[in-house]
Amino acid sequence: MNNNKIYSVNGPVVTIQGPTGFEMMEMVYVGAKKLIGEVISISSDHTTIQVYETTTGLKVGEEVEGTGAPLSATLGPGILSNIFDGIERPLQDIQKADGAFIGEGSSIPSLDPQRLWDVTITVAVGDELHGGDIYATCPETALIEHRCMVPPTLSGRVSAVMTNGRYTVNDWVVKLLDEKGEEHALTLCQKWPIRVERPIGRRMPISRPLITGQRVIDTMFPIAKGGTAAVPGGFGTGKTMTQHQLAKWCDADIIVYVGCGERGNEMTQVLKEFSELIDPKSGQKLTARTVLIANTSNMPVAAREASIYTGITLAEYYRDMGYHVAIMADSTSRWAEALREISGRLEEMPAEEGFPAYLPSRISQFYERAGYTVSLCGKEGSVTIIGAVSPQGSDFSEPVTQNTKRFVRCFWALDKSLAYARHYPAINWNTSYSEYVDDLSRWYGSNVSRDFIALRQQIASLLHEENELMEIVKLIGSDVLPDDQKLVIEIAKVIRVGFLQQNAYHADDTYVPLEKQLGMMKVILYLYEQCRAMVKKGHTISSILETGLFGDVIKIKYDVPNNNLGLLEGYYTRIDSTLAKII
Amino acid sequence: MSLRLVGLSEINGPLVVMEGVEGVGYEEMVELALADGTTRMGRVVQMDGDRCVIQVFEGTRGLSLTNTTTTILGHPVEMNLSKELLGRVLSGSGRPIDGLGEIYWEKRADINGRPLNPVARTYPRNYINTGISAIDCLMTLIRGQKLPIFSGSGMQHNKLAAQIVKQANIAAEEGQEFGIVFAAMGVKNDIADYFRRSFEEAGVMDRVVMFLNLSNDPIIERILTPKCALTTAEYLAFEKDMHILVIMTDITSYCEALREFSSSKGEIPGRKGYPGYLYSDLASLYERAGVIDDAKGSVTQIPILTMPNDDITHPVPDLTGYITEGQIVLDRSLDQNGIYPPISVLPSLSRLMKDGIGKGYTREDHSAVANQLFASYAKVQDTKALASVIGEEELSASDKLYMEFGKAFEHYFLDQGFDTDRSIAQTLDLGWELLSILPESELDRMDSATLREKYRPERGAALLAAMRGEA
Repeated sequence: MNNNKIYSVNGPVVTIQGPTGFEMMEMVYVGAKKLIGEVISISSDHTTIQVYETTTGLKVGEEVEGTGAPLSATLGPGILSNIFDGIERPLQDIQKADGAFIGEGSSIPSLDPQRLWDVTITVAVGDELHGGDIYATCPETALIEHRCMVPPTLSGRVSAVMTNGRYTVNDWVVKLLDEKGEEHALTLCQKWPIRVERPIGRRMPISRPLITGQRVIDTMFPIAKGGTAAVPGGFGTGKTMTQHQLAKWCDADIIVYVGCGERGNEMTQVLKEFSELIDPKSGQKLTARTVLIANTSNMPVAAREASIYTGITLAEYYRDMGYHVAIMADSTSRWAEALREISGRLEEMPAEEGFPAYLPSRISQFYERAGYTVSLCGKEGSVTIIGAVSPQGSDFSEPVTQNTKRFVRCFWALDKSLAYARHYPAINWNTSYSEYVDDLSRWYGSNVSRDFIALRQQIASLLHEENELMEIVKLIGSDVLPDDQKLVIEIAKVIRVGFLQQNAYHADDTYVPLEKQLGMMKVILYLYEQCRAMVKKGHTISSILETGLFGDVIKIKYDVPNNNLGLLEGYYTRIDSTLAKII
Repeated sequence: MSLRLVGLSEINGPLVVMEGVEGVGYEEMVELALADGTTRMGRVVQMDGDRCVIQVFEGTRGLSLTNTTTTILGHPVEMNLSKELLGRVLSGSGRPIDGLGEIYWEKRADINGRPLNPVARTYPRNYINTGISAIDCLMTLIRGQKLPIFSGSGMQHNKLAAQIVKQANIAAEEGQEFGIVFAAMGVKNDIADYFRRSFEEAGVMDRVVMFLNLSNDPIIERILTPKCALTTAEYLAFEKDMHILVIMTDITSYCEALREFSSSKGEIPGRKGYPGYLYSDLASLYERAGVIDDAKGSVTQIPILTMPNDDITHPVPDLTGYITEGQIVLDRSLDQNGIYPPISVLPSLSRLMKDGIGKGYTREDHSAVANQLFASYAKVQDTKALASVIGEEELSASDKLYMEFGKAFEHYFLDQGFDTDRSIAQTLDLGWELLSILPESELDRMDSATLREKYRPERGAALLAAMRGEA
């Protein structure tokens, strides 16, 4: 029945005429070069396949071979510290095989089949195991213990175990006899279809923040572990920088960084920087907790579409082991454009701006895979999704931004004018929001300070008040404002420059612990209260500004090191004594 | 083996359709021989069973359904490569047009290239000193970067590119060779000529490979032009260890050619009629810049594009900005004020700058100066907006000072002219002089130690006095 021959080729879309017997979403090998493809539509007349590699040179009449399985990710030790393309092929091994440029039809396995792992078996013969139960562990990196879990669809009684020792990913370590009497050999790895959510025990309410060390995020617009956030912004507003900062400093156990249709040099930068940077909390290299998925903009477009799913599947796998995982997707707009491109080639009826009508449902399915969960084996873990959005023409009303906004609860809008003034992170405090503030207020109250949320609100109100005053200033200048309103403008400047703006290249300022964030807020608000009292007493704003106090407070971020927060106390006495001198 | 077929079944714009074809591969080359003995090249762009659609590079004029014999060549579009290309002038599809004869090639390569493995890239860190203050200080060009110039019709982007070619230290001191690959897409003959003259004046003509697809040349050939140019650049950089600067002008014409081709193929259009895959297509060009681990050379790209109606949100500049590592934006009002180069510094950006400047690269205080200049000049724009509402006279004293700072910045820093070549130290010192015009408390983008060391209010005052004197 060898009638599975290519009938037509149009970019990454290939069709076969006549019935083929392929399943929907089945992975197939296309043509003599065995390019990887996926079945995306079937009718009695023809079957359509999207190909994950360049189709140049493909001929009509070449064979298409089925694999009988959907496009799957291989899950096992060796994922961390590695860099994969959009369909989980190891780029480092591909470089060794093909050189600097990526060839087609590579058949290198995702995980190194030679490497030996120090495996500890945690079950004994006769144990009853269910899907998701852990049967073996091994140290994957200096930081992370890999826990091998029974595939979710399997359960049974252990019939044989190997002794503790060194094994490769494909060696069996445990055998399981299921109810039907069939024996399954469990190796260190398993496969899971990337488009299917991994099953969980149950979902937990959101209650803990993902600490990022970025003031504008942690204090103003916090994100929760298991939450979702979107970072929209035109080019040059610092989406990638924000994502890099979060990947470096956030307190997740594992980082999955998906470079989806973005620049090659950015991936190289992450690769290089993360292998040099030391995580201050663990003292280990950042690569020990990071996996990179790189499908740069010049790599085939269909694999770009898959890269997001590959990333989230890896994230869910580590979540099931009981880790907190953060996935950065940079950028989801490129993924949406890949959908549009393939949809166009399929000649589907376009909806808004040429995007397919199923765009919102795809976006919601993706973000819904985030959550704080208890896994099948009873371990708590989370997947936090932070997706960058690149709105075309920097216009936030375009379909990808709008649809993303509906499905995320945290929105960090990057602003062009802030970026032009090199105010980074260019998160606009007037248009951004976080719905997690309420969910997290209890945590902040008991772990940082009881008045943290109240202080945050005061800062937010001052910024809001400034925003309204600026409308007036833009029309008539600031000279006409009364002194108490001028003070609001001045203190808001301290908040903007001294607090919200953060220098990613400064040794201390790149990551700021919550205690210092709290301390800075307190000093700023103390300064405001004291100055307001002075203004009420009739002192002019200019006499207060002349003292240089505002400039000093702005520079707290540089002048008070993270490990010597005692210095903050000095600012209170300085404010008191300086203001007392004004006559 | 090559297959010959007589006749066509359809001709539509630059596309022809043949039926009864077997054994042809997607995107492979074909040669069409006309009855008068001339030949044209084409490429397979779609295949349905035994029917295939071919795009003809030189246009379909004179073709009929019966007078054409098509030969299937069995390989994708290729470019003949050799070091002899240096100093030559080629057509948009890579054929010599300078009358100096055929090129003896050493290697043929598929012009589509293959994606560069991110693992094999070296992160670019060595800066290129262009001698232009605005670029060196505020949007530093790094070797291996792709940094486009966003311009508009009638502005001096070509002059700027020529100045970069003239002054830039592409190969630095390492004794390596440098070369320039110039791709003209849909530009006028005078512009191509201007570049040729400026290459000659800079004395680099024997290191330049010129690809010319002028505005009256066939549009399909225009689609191949940047690909041929970049294939050549990659060959010279990664196999011949040269530092290559690629100048491509005008990307907007390229995108329009792509749109014309896409619509004649009957594809579903995306924004403003451009094909939905414009992003991927542009990425396949721009991403061919960089430095790789096992080669000594590099490819640096300076694409030039004219923004239709000076609109930076137009799909071409917009998508370009999302792929390239920054942009140099030119501003019409600066240009009209006679400021050259008319670089609008605020929307301009170099993404690779942060790791290529500072101690060991340029100077320790570089990033402090650059950030502060950006922040202060942004304040100037706010002040200007306010002044246009309430009048300059009504501004507060501090705002007036900002207005003067803005003028000094444009006058001394931006407006350096075509013939001035400033070293990085000169540029940064000038930056400090300008910043010293402002009161110390306004300089809030640096730590106190840097400020103490470099802030010289008397120099700022002197500069201001000099400017007032000139006025």
